[in-house]
Amino acid sequence: MLKILLTRLRQGHRTLRFPDGPAPEMPDRFRGRPEIHAAKCPERCSECAEACPTGAIEIGAKARIDLGKCLFCSDCADACPEGAISYSRDYRLAVRARSDLIVEEGVAVRLEGELDRELKRLFGRSLKLRQVSAGGCNACESDVNVLNTVAWDIGRFGIQFVASPRHADGLLITGPVTRNMHLGLMKTYAAVPPPKIVIAVGGCAISGGPYIDHGETCGGAESVLPVDLYIPGCPPHPLTILDGLLRLLGRIKNGERPDAAP
Amino acid sequence: MIPGQSGFAPVANSRPLPLGEIRILPWEDFHANLLQAVSRGGRVAALFGMSPHGENQLFLVLADDTDNKLWLARTRLEGPSFPSLTPSCPQVHLFEREIAEQRGWAPQGHPWLKPVRFSFAFRSGPAAPEAAPTIGVTDFYRVEGDEIHEVAVGPVHAGVIEPGHFRFQCHGEEVLHLEISLGYQHRGVERALIGGPDKRSIHYMETLAGDSTAAHSTAYCQVMEALGRCKEPARSQVIRGIALELERIANHVGDLGALSGDVAFLPTASFCGRLRGDFLNMTALLCGNRFGRGLARPGGVRFDLSTELAEELLQRLDSVESDLASAVNLLWDTPSVMARFEGAGPLLKEDAAELGIVGPAARASGLLRDTRHDQPWGIYRFVHIPVSTGGPGDVFARAHVRWLEVQRSMAFVREQLRTLPGGPHRAECGSLAPESVCVSLVEGWRGEVCHVAVTDSEGHFLAYKVVDPSFHNWTGLALALRNQQISDFPLCNKSFNLSYCGHDL
Repeated sequence: MLKILLTRLRQGHRTLRFPDGPAPEMPDRFRGRPEIHAAKCPERCSECAEACPTGAIEIGAKARIDLGKCLFCSDCADACPEGAISYSRDYRLAVRARSDLIVEEGVAVRLEGELDRELKRLFGRSLKLRQVSAGGCNACESDVNVLNTVAWDIGRFGIQFVASPRHADGLLITGPVTRNMHLGLMKTYAAVPPPKIVIAVGGCAISGGPYIDHGETCGGAESVLPVDLYIPGCPPHPLTILDGLLRLLGRIKNGERPDAAP
Repeated sequence: MIPGQSGFAPVANSRPLPLGEIRILPWEDFHANLLQAVSRGGRVAALFGMSPHGENQLFLVLADDTDNKLWLARTRLEGPSFPSLTPSCPQVHLFEREIAEQRGWAPQGHPWLKPVRFSFAFRSGPAAPEAAPTIGVTDFYRVEGDEIHEVAVGPVHAGVIEPGHFRFQCHGEEVLHLEISLGYQHRGVERALIGGPDKRSIHYMETLAGDSTAAHSTAYCQVMEALGRCKEPARSQVIRGIALELERIANHVGDLGALSGDVAFLPTASFCGRLRGDFLNMTALLCGNRFGRGLARPGGVRFDLSTELAEELLQRLDSVESDLASAVNLLWDTPSVMARFEGAGPLLKEDAAELGIVGPAARASGLLRDTRHDQPWGIYRFVHIPVSTGGPGDVFARAHVRWLEVQRSMAFVREQLRTLPGGPHRAECGSLAPESVCVSLVEGWRGEVCHVAVTDSEGHFLAYKVVDPSFHNWTGLALALRNQQISDFPLCNKSFNLSYCGHDL
């Protein structure tokens, strides 16, 4: 017993101060929100789009990156002869509308908005989520799970992962929704009492990710359920997920930036 | 172990071999030589079907761990079925079921011929998933009797975890039999790899089993380098080794915490939950991603490891080491933990050997089996990590082996960070040699990751077989549960912590 107490003392208090304090620093090589510098794009060049493994880049009048498909692998940046694409360390990526996942130069970043008043009244201080992995590779699942550790302690915001969909206010879905998990997912959704929300975490859950055109998958949660919050990444950093959940609940206001430098 | 005249072709881990050098043996020779080799300690690393030039062939990879060698063999199937090898060689049981499901070639006399992933992916092109059987509908094994009850769990189960279905046959609290039925995570990776490599191939590898990104991407890169006549620079071999060991440490630490949580000992559960993150963050320092994505690429690694970065990693290792030791050692000092760990979910050495169990689960049952030692590749050819083995194959042994491995991996990472070789971190990788084979084995944190690539006359993948360690080990978990309390299932499950998507592909 004494040993346990001594160890406990030595381990100290380890919970992040975020969002009241600064966000933890992202590593130098972290690949967050991409930036496109279209002025550098050579005429009729499509090297980035050709290099992209998931078809996330579209070249129209300007190059556009769909973060819902992006694996944040930076194959595009490597392929670009002029260095027109770079990945910033901005971890804030979650949005409410699918169209807001499109990154284009000159288009302002629209981070997600809060839930409407009624849902916020219901869920703002207590949000119970049932997580369903539907073909997820266990990376998204792991970094969602991390939010339960003492370092992130998601419980302090009233957010909790529950075992039964009957106890849940919504689903947090990972994976491209395999055909073999389609029925399981739909039954779980049906078992959640309304009103309910759906959160898609990771490129797979948003669009299918690397499995986007596979007959074995449905190409993401959106193809089978209405999605209220999109959190892109492969997998999204725990901070990206937490930031998304807190913005949804109005704990971080839009435009607010708890850390100074992304 | 295997007589040279058997007709099996020898090859080393991650070395190329022209397909023509692997003779197509008559079934009798294939069968007899396989059984003889297995009876002398040989291990089936892979057995799969392929159809070069429209001819149905079985392809075998047999590991000779005592001689650091792999033996490859082929046989031609004349009809739509073949005599099952499972009754005399249990470790091929799931491979044969997989062949039956993927190709429609029936192993006659298989005692347990059921779907593996509920997918017909290879039978008639990309549209085949439409025709696949309904997931979860199969003839589950049943124990009959007035006092027997059945417990069905999953695919969606409590916790943030992947889906799978577990069927328990119970007498009271006692589990008489557990059947594990998977396939919910099937994404069609092997089917999509045929005709590759292409720009998506490496991303399939990185997401095959997300917590084993370093292991699968390294195995793939070694295939590409061997077939692409590329000599991987020494510096990148070391960086890949560091990433692999960091992956091992992070997962073992996380699981030690989770095991602690499963026996309601919360101090170690909370400490290890946080400490695991510290190791993931070290991987993120290397490559920007906590799971090692973006690091290993054919020809080497994408990111170099500077002296300053090595210094920072060393400092971080120092700062977590004592916290980690004190957190984990609480487990062994706490009687209420040990009372639950010891004796729970035993997997006997003989059963582990017969089933072809790999990784820490095999070592905890007393098998001296570690790809880093038996079939070394890359840096492990020059630097040897002692193999950690344990006693009776129970939850305690699996936990303790993992703790030994964590300490040895940390020592390895330290040593490598201090003695990084110079030179480039990436070399040019050419197009793949046509009509060739390469088998690449890597010891991931769960055990042996096996990739087999066979190229066609154009140098494209004719077949790409992936064997995740979970493929071998799920049956080990089912056996470990026999005559155990059903309430110990979460604990036993976590002590193996197998991958669903790694199995389902």
